[in-house]
Amino acid sequence: MSKNLRINNKQFVDETRKLSFVFNGKKLYGYKGDTLASALLSNDIHLVGRSFKYHRPRGIMTSGSEEPNAILQIGNDDALTEPNVRATEIELYDGLICNSQNCWPSVKFDIGGINNFLSPLLPAGFYYKTFMWPASFWGKYEYFIRKSAGLGKSPSKQDPDMYDHRYMHCDILIVGGGVSGLIAAKIASDDNKKVLLLEDKELLGGSLIYDDNDISKIDNQKSSEWLKKLIDNIQNDKNIIVKTRTSLAAYHNYNFLLARQNLTDHLSVNDRNNKIRQRLYKIRAKKVIISTGAIERPQVFHNNDRPGIMLASAVKKYIDYYGVRCGLENVIFTNNDSAYETALSLHKSGTKLNAIIDIRDNSSSEIVNKVKSLGIQIYWNHSVVDTKGYKRINKVTIMKLNDKGNDVIGKKIELNCDCLSVSGGWTPMVHLFTQSGGKLKFDNKDNIFVPDKTNLNQLSIGSAKGDFELDDVLKNSIKDTKKFLNIENSNFDKIDVKCSKEKDKKNIWLLPSDKPLSKTKPFLDYQNDSTAKDIKLALREGFKSIEHVKRYTTTGMGTDQGKLANMHALGIVADTTNTNMGDLGTTTFRPPYTPLTFGTIVGRNVGQFFDIFRKTPMHDWHVDNNAKFENVGQWKRAWYYPKDGETMYDAVQRESKAARESSGILDASTLGKIDIQGTDANEFLNRVYTNAWSKLQIGKCRYGLMLNEDGMVYDDGVTTKLGENHYLMTTTTGGAANVMSKLEDYLQTEWPELDVFLTSVTDHYATASVCGPNAKKIINKIFKNLDLSDESFPHMSFKEVKLGNISCRIMRISFTGELSYEINVEASYGKYIWEKCIEAGKEFNITPYGTETMHLLRAEKGFIIVGQDTDGTMTPVDLQMDWIISKKKYDFIGKRSLYRSDTIREDRKQLVGLLTDDPNEILEEGAQLIKDENKNPVDMLGHVTSSYFSPTLKKSIALAILKEGKKLKGQKLLVPMIDKTIKVTVSDTIFLDKENERING
Amino acid sequence: MFLINCPYCGERDQSEFVSGGEAHIARPKQPTELNDDQWAEYLFMRKNIKGIQFERWNHVHGCRKWFNVARDTSNDKIEKIYKMGEQPPKL
Repeated sequence: MSKNLRINNKQFVDETRKLSFVFNGKKLYGYKGDTLASALLSNDIHLVGRSFKYHRPRGIMTSGSEEPNAILQIGNDDALTEPNVRATEIELYDGLICNSQNCWPSVKFDIGGINNFLSPLLPAGFYYKTFMWPASFWGKYEYFIRKSAGLGKSPSKQDPDMYDHRYMHCDILIVGGGVSGLIAAKIASDDNKKVLLLEDKELLGGSLIYDDNDISKIDNQKSSEWLKKLIDNIQNDKNIIVKTRTSLAAYHNYNFLLARQNLTDHLSVNDRNNKIRQRLYKIRAKKVIISTGAIERPQVFHNNDRPGIMLASAVKKYIDYYGVRCGLENVIFTNNDSAYETALSLHKSGTKLNAIIDIRDNSSSEIVNKVKSLGIQIYWNHSVVDTKGYKRINKVTIMKLNDKGNDVIGKKIELNCDCLSVSGGWTPMVHLFTQSGGKLKFDNKDNIFVPDKTNLNQLSIGSAKGDFELDDVLKNSIKDTKKFLNIENSNFDKIDVKCSKEKDKKNIWLLPSDKPLSKTKPFLDYQNDSTAKDIKLALREGFKSIEHVKRYTTTGMGTDQGKLANMHALGIVADTTNTNMGDLGTTTFRPPYTPLTFGTIVGRNVGQFFDIFRKTPMHDWHVDNNAKFENVGQWKRAWYYPKDGETMYDAVQRESKAARESSGILDASTLGKIDIQGTDANEFLNRVYTNAWSKLQIGKCRYGLMLNEDGMVYDDGVTTKLGENHYLMTTTTGGAANVMSKLEDYLQTEWPELDVFLTSVTDHYATASVCGPNAKKIINKIFKNLDLSDESFPHMSFKEVKLGNISCRIMRISFTGELSYEINVEASYGKYIWEKCIEAGKEFNITPYGTETMHLLRAEKGFIIVGQDTDGTMTPVDLQMDWIISKKKYDFIGKRSLYRSDTIREDRKQLVGLLTDDPNEILEEGAQLIKDENKNPVDMLGHVTSSYFSPTLKKSIALAILKEGKKLKGQKLLVPMIDKTIKVTVSDTIFLDKENERING
Repeated sequence: MFLINCPYCGERDQSEFVSGGEAHIARPKQPTELNDDQWAEYLFMRKNIKGIQFERWNHVHGCRKWFNVARDTSNDKIEKIYKMGEQPPKL
């Protein structure tokens, strides 16, 4: 620490606790209470980064979230490193390691700095204009552009930190713990409201807490002393919950807000063990008070971006709060009174102030008079026209302004300085107000946008609303809060406030220079290196909307989202186009207000908690038997059961063969199951399925196809008639929830007259499906007294039997074409019945098979899978399933759509079978079908939807959807692949057992 | 994130609900009597207005009941909530 930069007096920095940190490899020291920025400044380090485009040296400019330059890479651990951290916000901790970004090999010598000298060749839109041609070269350009762009590096390993989410509810949410927010909190609490107060810094009090001048008085006390008492009061108030280090990220409709609390980022790495790093609050507030304050604007002049050029308010905060001088040769450049507070702070701390340059003709306020009385040189009606010093400012050049303020006159004066404090007025932080849908209005007096209309139960107070002077801030905050909360009297009603009042105002968005604009670099957006020139270029090139100008010039698009740049960009556009700023409007403020980590956004929903998954009652058995799983919706389904190092292909071939030749068993528990009861249940089925249900007898099962109202296939499954008014519907695994919702929708809204009750029972039952020529023998071993003859228990029928105390519903239905029985039991007996089947089937080599084999077996039979062979554009006619459309029924969901002009077209894509000319060639699912390889562009006729090698048929089979497919049976087509073209022949969709003889074993 | 006052359960967070599009589009009683244009009108045509729009909402993670909402699309303010089968309010 450079001795003469630290001032020993500070209540906010604990000089007994010295902390070490490493910046760009160099070990440095600061104190507990410092931010990284104040610690760097106390070590006389301003230069911390290079700008994005021209790689110009940049220094710390602010003391808050608006910082455009001092964004650093924190940490050197692959998992914990974090880019783009604002040095002005992160609290110093022992062992902090940080590095500059966007420079190579170092921040002091950066090769990219050459861009600064090429800058005439790099105007706004440079990349858009230059790399457009030839289009095929983009891949090559992109490599180099990506390499040179980007800020910081992402962690390359999984984030080991823990993050949390929490809901909060309150009567009054107050965002911002400055003086106006604190007063509002106290008024609300005194009225017995539950208050939640958020403050993004570690301490309450805003800028008033370190205010050290003698002019501002509240109730005849120094304003900071008065405020400290109020804070003590609030911290002991049971109605007020205070969350510090908590910044509001987003303000959504209906007073729903997101805030992020930093819990461990200020602790040394060793003290963070197993603690939650950040917490995201999801807040519902009955009323919201926004007291987010204002941020200072810089001024726009030639070379206004050198390290050592800072906001005047930041220079003041570093002295008065952190006890750090930002320079030993100070100059202030301002257009308003607030910078004179910085002058007083510099003077009081014994720091040399060479001069104040003020673009106004004069000012006669109390605070300016006080500065005048101290004998400090003030250059009225002057402007800075240039600065010198590559890595740190060392001189400013000033000139007199002409009467109109649009040119400079007279001779140049050079002043020495190593720190230039700049103030261009204040901008209310209206981000949250506009995020919530509020509309702004322009205030010509202070050149600011202030909150106007809102639909929500909210209030903006303090400088966030455009009040900048202490008496206005306090008195209006009290008055407005009372009105907002319908309170007649408060303890603040007799408050007495004294402060300096600004009388003279002047604002020039782009200050004149002695050089032509084209020879200057007046920066607006420091992070994106956009200058006033770029804005003017965009306007010349025809961009008029401020949103377009923003995107073309990238002004306001960095990690700081143009918190400093936006007002000047708007001002220059308005001046150049002769528009009123109020008519121009602003760019859209979008959440988050400051960047959020991904960790905060996802909270605990990572790894195994990322998504819900559902397991069947037999899941553990599948795991024990080496099953591989696939995700079907939220379900984990057994996919295949590899034995002794089998590949998936080998396992599926073995499983399929076993099911066809002897027996196989499938866990079908995931199929959606809906219990349907009521006197109109049968009529209901008639309306939701395409086929007829009236004649279905008790104990019988029927396959049904469900359409959308547009005629496209939606779902399918077997429904069993359990009793006169009682059915059990099954749906596809993935479609279960949607089918349930759709059926409920029709019942509640279109057919409320039907007496039907629906209950989802998917999780209530487990299903073991035993199939194959030996299935009957296996079932017979388990259910010895059950008559399994085809006469008593035919295909598509159902029996209810007991196994001991267990009720079993056995359906004789088949998705494989084999004789098969589906045994449904209460879920808790699922594993038991499964193991029973395995045991009984041992002598028949019963083989557990997964979804992949199920898909193969059904494809051999030409059975569709909704969602695999259909995609929401297939009618039953397209699927060659005309047989399932009832001709007799007057109506069902989707019926009318089946003869719309589009659905009756004969050249629609239709489901067909494909056989490869080489029987060993297996097509890829998704592969395209074409006819004429030489046509350019080639006609895309369809694509493969299902494809397998059939071990039973000993050849490759596939299903596909194909334009006019029905007419093309027997025709040759081509399947072009990346390395070859495969010849195929269009076939029937049923490949195996066309006569359906296997169904009876 | 809206707060929606379910007519059966009371005020709940929007995450418990799904929107079902425009309300008061009754399914024709005799679809087969309609020509293609009339059927297309029912099937595809939906309003997307700036201002008060009548919508169907379902309390899917709650009572699973459908109901109607009159919402101002310009500011998402819910003007009125009423049950299925009730006539839209005059707003």
